[in-house]
Amino acid sequence: MGNALKVEASSWDKEVLQADKLVLVDFWAAWCGPCQMVAPVVEELATEYSGKVKVMKLNTDENPEIAGKYRIMGIPTLMFFKNGKIADQVVGAASKSQLKTKIDSLL
Amino acid sequence: MKKEYDIIIIGGGPAGLTAGLYTSRARLDTLLIERALIGGQIVTTDKVENYPGFEQGISGPELARQMEAQAKRFGLEITSGRVVSAEDKGDSKSVRLEDGNEYICKAIIVASGAEPSKLEVEGEDKYRGRGVSYCATCDGAFFKNLKIAVIGGGDSAIEEALFLTKFASDVYVVHRRNELRATKILQERLFANPKIKMIWDSVVEKIEGDDFIKGVLLKNVKTQKKNLLNVDGIFIYVGTRPNTEFLPNSVKLNEKGYIMTDDNMSASVPGIFAAGDIRAKLLKQVSTAVGDGATAAFAAERFIEGLSKQ
Repeated sequence: MGNALKVEASSWDKEVLQADKLVLVDFWAAWCGPCQMVAPVVEELATEYSGKVKVMKLNTDENPEIAGKYRIMGIPTLMFFKNGKIADQVVGAASKSQLKTKIDSLL
Repeated sequence: MKKEYDIIIIGGGPAGLTAGLYTSRARLDTLLIERALIGGQIVTTDKVENYPGFEQGISGPELARQMEAQAKRFGLEITSGRVVSAEDKGDSKSVRLEDGNEYICKAIIVASGAEPSKLEVEGEDKYRGRGVSYCATCDGAFFKNLKIAVIGGGDSAIEEALFLTKFASDVYVVHRRNELRATKILQERLFANPKIKMIWDSVVEKIEGDDFIKGVLLKNVKTQKKNLLNVDGIFIYVGTRPNTEFLPNSVKLNEKGYIMTDDNMSASVPGIFAAGDIRAKLLKQVSTAVGDGATAAFAAERFIEGLSKQ
């Protein structure tokens, strides 16, 4: 399903930190209402920015070590990575237009 | 997609879904528009204990799912989008969405609800997601064995403080008065919980920290004394504000911005009805929202019948 790819702790370094383009990671969990709210937007962004931005989803319940490493204290958190470093982040459900503006400024 | 409906419902919480259930069963062509998540505020509620029919309570998301499925079974159409304007054109109304789509209808039921108010203090926006939260069910698990302050004294504040004791080592409930508005049974649970400490007569002046929250600066409103409470997180439940920005000015609001209606949920503009938390009323609960929704639906049906007799 969808165009946003699943990432796990085991594949984190390779898929996110060593990626050759801008990466958007959606930190989420099944029980979080606002995460379900932002999920379809993330899918649409994955389609619209296909080839330009790598869009990934990380389940914070299944990968607490990654959530802990980046000190995630609220979800959904959308974190942008560029060359292995955090470039920006958005916490809480944001609208599609807000996120597009952010992505365009980071590209 | 169709552009004309009998009724458009704005908002997919319990009030809107109930209105949609009733109008669909009345065979009125109905479109419900939700900007975020079906269920509204209950989706962020761990457990609804005071909605009758569920002996052990029911989770907010599950209640929302069931209400949605029930309304859809009778033909309710649901779309997702943000309403930017609702206009009264006499016998017809129009509703415009952010994506440019416009729909025409005979009556509008406004069930757009309310959202959490902010504290409006320094640090609140800066530390959003770095310790500041408005959703305990979303973020509570990230505060395992940490200290948390909950701000507020109503049902939501106390319910969430109790929920947060599952994770946090200490939960401080900061309230500006020296008594709580919350339901008595919640207060009993609160005072019996060893992890919770009350801080009375106090307001938040400032949220402090470096990259993350270190504490909240509190001021005692009686003594004016300030003191820094060291916490890792702050959960804010200081009431709600209504979502009415898309309404025409002709719809009368009360001094707090909620829609004034008569006993039949009719707003000051004929053909515009209001139901649920958006309405000026005493008690904002799922149980009162569904009653509003049913009444608004029936009143809207009557209104449309009246139009066709003209």
